[in-house]
Amino acid sequence: MFRNQYDTDVTTWSPAGRLFQVEYAMEAVKQGSAAIGLRSKTHVVLACVNKASSELSSHQKKIFKVDDHIGVAIAGLTADGRVLSRYMRNECINYSFTYESPLPVGRLVVQLADKAQVCTQRSWKRPYGVGLLVVGLDELGAHLYYNCPSGNYFEYQAFAIGSRSQAAKTYLERRFENFTDSSREDLIKDALISVRETLQGEKLKSSICTVAVVGIGEAFHILDQETVQQLIDAFEIVGEDEPPVPEVGDAEADQGEAAAPAAEEGAAPMDI
Amino acid sequence: MTKQRANWSPYDNNGGSCVAIAGADYCVIAADTRMSTGYNILSREYSKITKLADKCLMASSGFQADVKALQKHLAARHLIYQHQHNKQMSCPAMGQLLSNTLYYKRFFPYYSFNVLGGLDSEGKGCVYTYDAVGSYERVGYSSQGSGSTLIMPFLDNQLKSPSPLLLPAQDAVTPLSETEAVDLVKTVFASATERDIYTGDKLEIVVVNAEGIRREYMDLRKD
Repeated sequence: MFRNQYDTDVTTWSPAGRLFQVEYAMEAVKQGSAAIGLRSKTHVVLACVNKASSELSSHQKKIFKVDDHIGVAIAGLTADGRVLSRYMRNECINYSFTYESPLPVGRLVVQLADKAQVCTQRSWKRPYGVGLLVVGLDELGAHLYYNCPSGNYFEYQAFAIGSRSQAAKTYLERRFENFTDSSREDLIKDALISVRETLQGEKLKSSICTVAVVGIGEAFHILDQETVQQLIDAFEIVGEDEPPVPEVGDAEADQGEAAAPAAEEGAAPMDI
Repeated sequence: MTKQRANWSPYDNNGGSCVAIAGADYCVIAADTRMSTGYNILSREYSKITKLADKCLMASSGFQADVKALQKHLAARHLIYQHQHNKQMSCPAMGQLLSNTLYYKRFFPYYSFNVLGGLDSEGKGCVYTYDAVGSYERVGYSSQGSGSTLIMPFLDNQLKSPSPLLLPAQDAVTPLSETEAVDLVKTVFASATERDIYTGDKLEIVVVNAEGIRREYMDLRKD
């Protein structure tokens, strides 16, 4: 991107009608490590690549539980993401307290979007440098939304953000028409394969990716490392990303079935 | 000119009694299920016991609208705690939170007489007893509510440890087993129901132990 004289503050328009600071904020999202979301009629899956800055440090937390029925994955300035998840958690708690019912995810994303918009119209603020993939359930079923630093939000069947997300998007574009009727296990498998696409040849291991699921009858939770590794091993044995041959598929489904109850029993409490 | 008094009170007393008894590795929390106002009964099946955390329950008698508001407040605070600390609140932590929450409204109190019961971080039974503005103490057993004046002396008789100054030296109270504690609670409520008009209908007993939480009901006199 070229530096020019209209990009110093967010309240200055360029002659072409652009707000460069907002666009630079969206660049920050593209620099973050990848996050992917996909949904079926009843479940939504989030998967993301965990980059540690060095071998000695811990991984960045990129997936946050917001409420039993809502979760979020972030890409970009993770500090901004943490602050926004705290806001989302608060909104859910306050709504539950007042209305004794869960906050519909569609309302939450609008509130988030409005919050982001404020930062694009104040000279003393800067846009949030984080893109959010918000997943949640409401009365109509499962939803996946993407919230931009610009204050825009869109609903998606499947989406990927962050660095090398185009590779994942290409894979998802090929397969998304089948997602609505996908089973939970197939959805998770597709998510893991999309993550593998963004790795460009690097080996997919459970230590570098995080997977979270929410669905009808299943509270939002992050799958533990063992479960994820088992799922990875299951489809890597097949060695391809197209739908597997039936008998191999049954073996995989069994493994997925066995792994799923274990994941639900060991549901982790909310992470920071 | 006599002083003007308010002809409307923000408070009402919905009656009822609560008890909690702590054991070596369990805790029994019990309350009757009658909700009344004046000499009328509003409900024969209203629960005064609520779960605040995994191993922590609260039984409250007094003004149930204030009790409900207090329970919601604590539940919201517990969610925030879980987000920040990645774990459930322990019973002692919840005990302190309840005390602070009550004192926060020192000058317009929650008309709620509470008894907190559960397991502490070591898995031993713990009971905390409160007044309406947050003064609290960890004890081995306690009762609150309209029947507490009838129940407490009986619990003292059965459960209170003898003074170490007594001569001849008496044994410390033998620890109660879980079944003995539940039986004691049933006896105590049956007696309180006889003489306290606000206590009766049904008894709800909740037992917390290492395995989890168990609920039991017993019928009481309905008059």
